[in-house]
Amino acid sequence: MSSSVERLVNKEYKYGFVTDIESDVAPKGLSEDIVRLISAKKHEPEWLLEWRLKAFRGWQKMVEPHHWANVRYTPVDYQSISYYSAPRNRTKLGSLDEVDPKLLETYQKLGIPLSEQKLLAGVAVDAIFDSVSVGTTYKAKLAEQGIIFCSFGEAVQEHPELVRKYLGSVVPASDNFFAALNAAVFSDGSFVYVPKGVKCPMELSTYFRINTAETGQFERTLIIADDGASVSYLEGCTAPKRDENQLHAAVVELVALDDATIKYSTVQNWYAGDEAGRGGIYNFVTKRGKCAGNNSKISWTQVETGSAITWKYPSVLLQGDNSIGEFYSVAVVNGWQQADTGTKMIHMGKNSRSTIVSKGISAGHGQNSYRGLVKVLPKATGARNYTQCDSMLIGNACGAHTFPYIEVQNASSSTEHEASTSKIGEDQIFYLKQRGLNTENAISMIVNGFCKEVFKELPMEFAVEAQKLLGVSLEGSVG
Amino acid sequence: MLEIRNLHATAGDKEILRGIDLTVNTGEVHAVMGPNGSGKSTLAQVLAGHPAYVVTEGSVFYEGQDLLDLEPEERAQAGLFLAFQYPVEIPGVSNAYFLRAAYNEIRKARGLEEVDSMDFLDLLEEKLKVVEWGPEIMSRAVNSGFSGGEKKRNEILQMAVLQPRLAILDETDSGLDIDALRIVAAGVNTLRRPDNATIVVTHYQRLLNYIVPDYVHVLSAGRIVRSGGKELALELEARGYEWLEEGVEAAS
Repeated sequence: MSSSVERLVNKEYKYGFVTDIESDVAPKGLSEDIVRLISAKKHEPEWLLEWRLKAFRGWQKMVEPHHWANVRYTPVDYQSISYYSAPRNRTKLGSLDEVDPKLLETYQKLGIPLSEQKLLAGVAVDAIFDSVSVGTTYKAKLAEQGIIFCSFGEAVQEHPELVRKYLGSVVPASDNFFAALNAAVFSDGSFVYVPKGVKCPMELSTYFRINTAETGQFERTLIIADDGASVSYLEGCTAPKRDENQLHAAVVELVALDDATIKYSTVQNWYAGDEAGRGGIYNFVTKRGKCAGNNSKISWTQVETGSAITWKYPSVLLQGDNSIGEFYSVAVVNGWQQADTGTKMIHMGKNSRSTIVSKGISAGHGQNSYRGLVKVLPKATGARNYTQCDSMLIGNACGAHTFPYIEVQNASSSTEHEASTSKIGEDQIFYLKQRGLNTENAISMIVNGFCKEVFKELPMEFAVEAQKLLGVSLEGSVG
Repeated sequence: MLEIRNLHATAGDKEILRGIDLTVNTGEVHAVMGPNGSGKSTLAQVLAGHPAYVVTEGSVFYEGQDLLDLEPEERAQAGLFLAFQYPVEIPGVSNAYFLRAAYNEIRKARGLEEVDSMDFLDLLEEKLKVVEWGPEIMSRAVNSGFSGGEKKRNEILQMAVLQPRLAILDETDSGLDIDALRIVAAGVNTLRRPDNATIVVTHYQRLLNYIVPDYVHVLSAGRIVRSGGKELALELEARGYEWLEEGVEAAS
């Protein structure tokens, strides 16, 4: 068994290239001056600088939360990271033609439909390279319907009233250590506003890319769906291979008002480190949605295959009556990856409902933890939750852990929790091999079957991508 | 077609097969019988290449090639099919998807073009008749939540689709009620051709009323202790396995 494991685990990370491009990088280290520098670089209004500084001062008093998460890693030296990196020579760009061709080449390697021809594929893309947004496509077409889809920096300039109203309204700057860090130093991100009654006609998509060494990426995404609006958003991520760890501490805030729907899908494929566990991305992300309005709905779907360490809990605050929160997750760990991921569903509104489907796959020496909280507050009469939490083990050196928390303060509510752990069996693989499939195809088939309930939640074109990615991530995990 | 010579195999420290000799020619049906623990199922698994068993001695040639040299999937692609005693569940994978993948893998290995899902559905329609099933079974996950009888019928359906040269049925009759047994046996008989061969591994004579063998072999303690025609099965039914086992003890 083990020889082919080793052979196949040593697969190349396809997105591990580095783009040779001049970057404008801030000196390493974090101080009020750096916060001011970032804010000044981005020509931010005074209120935003104040907001950042307040977050920074709060962060200085906070302690990195590595005591409760089920992950082990070398603590981050926050003074050895650069907090701002931008491709140089960047003046205001009028169109994609003015973007550095090397950047476009990078995005082509990543398969992102950024070039004009590929736009016909119909996905509106905002691409974040290191810290700044490189180009937002399809903007004009979306603007016809009043939809705003732009970089965060641009939103601060063009729509300050919206940013000011909603920034930090779901994830306050003081929320947690990494959220506070992000609030202090975030350099860009994506912004979406869908006005009343508008159904966004296409998938909106952002690709995040960390290129420069020794930088962190701290992007911030804010999506607002006004009354009766709906939007589907997809986020994808990659990074070059490097020996040292790189920090990614993003914040995503979603706000759904009355009768609004937001669907947020992530395919995360950050560099996971090498076969000895060196390097890889620390993915410490705070994602939270607020179903602020009645009958609103927020749905998270995530496929997590990369990163050395993953620490994220896309959550939903179910404030509105009859609001719906969903969390569909596939988390894969292979090699020496560790993931501590799950969700929080906080029921406040009457008859609010939530569904959690978590599929954890552990291979190699990977450690995978599901951590979830279902909380029903006293006012949430008739609230319901259904949780299904399945773990699959491949090989003998990996681990799967489940930490479900349920706190119910309303007797009329109901919660259900189902959990299973299975081991991908030699017998299952042998059965498929006896029918003519090779080992890799057999594993891929078994694992894709295991994840089916989550994949069917992804937009069609990304479901196909996710299936392939899963196959690649698990190549060689069983001999 | 199949030449087994002095085959020894172990599982862990335990030697289970202790010198099997068996020759199977095209067009023949061989029944391998024997009490529990005699090594019948092990023989079937070893021929299919199950990694839990190690061949320590002997040889197996299949259509002129060294079978033991091939990976399980290569054996399947070369036309060897095992109908499992305990078919495995693959949750979330539809029967149709699974069967088409298997069918195409085998075609690819033989240098044939893969078939698309539309053409495959046409082919399936024919094959479903073999096991008296409607198309709804194809959208269910492979063996997931299937009854014991349904699992066995599904094995025969797979066999009908994959059209093996050598089919090995491992206790396909165990746990079947009389109707399911009839359907399974009829399926196997339908698939009998002069250019293929079948090995039926069974504990009971009952199945052999439906699938009439050309040869019957009795396994005991990892060896074939008696071979004969179909009447041997009837004799076993009447007298049990003990009289043969006693013979082995006396001989050794």
